[in-house]
Amino acid sequence: MDPKLRRQLGRIVSWVLTFLLMMIICVPGLWVVLTAFRPNAEVLAKPAVWVPQVLSLNNFAKIFGFAQEVAIPVPAYFANSMIIALTSTAIALLIGMSGGYAFARYRFRFKDGLFLGLMLSRTVPGIALSLPLFMIWSRLGLIDTKPGLIIVYVAMNVPFTIWLIDGFFRQIPIELSEAAMVDGCTRWQAFWRIEFPLARSGIASAGIFAFLTSWNEYALASQLTRSTYSKTLPVGLMDFTSQFTIDWAGMSAMAVIIIIPALALTFIVQKHLIAGLTFGGVKG
Amino acid sequence: MAEIVLNKLVKNYGRTRAVHGIDLSIAHQEFVVLVGPSGCGKSTTLRMIAGLEEISDGTVSIGGAVVNELPPRKRNISMVFQNYALYPHMNVRENLGFGLKIAGQPAADIAQRVDEAAEILGLTELLERTPAELSGGQRQRVAMGRAIVRKPAAFLFDEPLSNLDAKLRGQMRAEIKKLHQSVRTTVVYVTHDQIEAMTLADRIVVMRAGRIEQVGTPMEVYNHPTSAFVATFIGSPPMNMLPGTISGGAVRLADGSALPVPERAADNAREGQEVLLGIRPDDISPVGHGLSQDGPGAELTLTVAIAEPLGMESLIFTRIAGQEVQAKLYGPRMVLPGEELVFRLALDRAHLFDAASGASLEAR
Repeated sequence: MDPKLRRQLGRIVSWVLTFLLMMIICVPGLWVVLTAFRPNAEVLAKPAVWVPQVLSLNNFAKIFGFAQEVAIPVPAYFANSMIIALTSTAIALLIGMSGGYAFARYRFRFKDGLFLGLMLSRTVPGIALSLPLFMIWSRLGLIDTKPGLIIVYVAMNVPFTIWLIDGFFRQIPIELSEAAMVDGCTRWQAFWRIEFPLARSGIASAGIFAFLTSWNEYALASQLTRSTYSKTLPVGLMDFTSQFTIDWAGMSAMAVIIIIPALALTFIVQKHLIAGLTFGGVKG
Repeated sequence: MAEIVLNKLVKNYGRTRAVHGIDLSIAHQEFVVLVGPSGCGKSTTLRMIAGLEEISDGTVSIGGAVVNELPPRKRNISMVFQNYALYPHMNVRENLGFGLKIAGQPAADIAQRVDEAAEILGLTELLERTPAELSGGQRQRVAMGRAIVRKPAAFLFDEPLSNLDAKLRGQMRAEIKKLHQSVRTTVVYVTHDQIEAMTLADRIVVMRAGRIEQVGTPMEVYNHPTSAFVATFIGSPPMNMLPGTISGGAVRLADGSALPVPERAADNAREGQEVLLGIRPDDISPVGHGLSQDGPGAELTLTVAIAEPLGMESLIFTRIAGQEVQAKLYGPRMVLPGEELVFRLALDRAHLFDAASGASLEAR
């Protein structure tokens, strides 16, 4: 075969394969988004209606209580999710930064054991802890409270944030903070002006991870929350299922609402992730 | 005035002692080089002066005040690191001005002093670049600029040139010397390179295994080493060491041949003492091709094993009494392996060391 033709054919095949792969990855998401804008009748129609005939914002209106049907308290769930995810992320980052810095910079007793212990704690599936957690939380009165869930998410995220941020601080030569201290910085200033900006991409990654974990978590939240006081969006999704029916369209609309902040955040922070620090301050 | 005084300075790492009670006074405006093989404690000593390493015992004084408990920023010093330690997220201007900015200087002053320092070091064109966009030599200059811009009482250099290639190292060495002559600040400079020590220092401090082996001007250390270690460490190629025994006023070598005891050690050499006869390669030369032709000497016929012509001189590897030695031939003359030449050993410039302790037997 003509080599030029063969190259062309190869390119076509690779495009087709890429397309198929992306289909597999994207179609479910796309389907959720489409469903969110379609009436339930069309969603449940048999035979299935593949190409949407009617697109409307009715499902969203319903969720937010602008329609006649009984509304699900989405704004409350949304607020709960935001407060819980942001607070637990902030705390996990703070602990992750201090812990990661300590593991990267200082030598102390039981350091390796402690680090290993932190990592091992990640190997326990969260759901396995749900029963003991439920019992302890109910004794402490933390069931159906935001702090209760925040504590759980901080505990889930801290090992990862420490591990990730530790790796980033390790890459920063210790001489940089030493130079800063000779230049007139206190230990604290050297950290904030030199080491923190250089580890920013790592801290941002850890932040995204922690936020998404808390934002999307369902299993434990479904056990530990009850009411609009603490229920998060993923748990709220179940409000669409009743004894005999499932409001697929409404559920999809809510799923879209869940996806949007996560997507937005990832886009905002992504800049810091790929900015990738151009090291060059020290000879490598 | 910024003299630096180390008093019985000790550094322990756990149970290992890295620095064994060092005493050293560095005068105001003096350029002192700490030199020694890796692991001799020279960098640790420097870092204790800088305040980056805790002092286990003893004291460091800068400008008359004990600074043991002061953090680095209060010691009025600046430091140039081996890997430059430039701040990667700042451009050259910000790197240079960082210390002044932290000190809360007005922006106009900072700009002026940064421009001055950049002028001195030829960095004016590079001020807006980031460290990643600079060559090794340029980074080194920025690191030096960051040190001088703050006008500290003393500069500390920690092997600043060891990451540069040979040619650049020579250039930067000259620049550091020039810099010291223009800014006249006390300098403590750590290196493992004896050439840097010889060329830069007002005084050299030779260190070994956490102790000071010898302190002196480059010429003192070169001409009157107090130990076999200093003798072989300072000078390139290193001093040849011929093991022998004192017998009948001569040094009897391994093969039974004898060389006269160098005059400067005659009083201290005991009969039967095991010694090392030290002769620099420059003092072993084929007759007619050496440095000094008068004064006491000994002539030996030796066979050339390897010759390395360097142009105006050649380095010759040969053997004396079974011991490999390096010799030097001055003049543009070709030497071939296997050639037999009559070498003259300038024994007036030879040294004698006790074989066991390594101490020089030179009368002082």
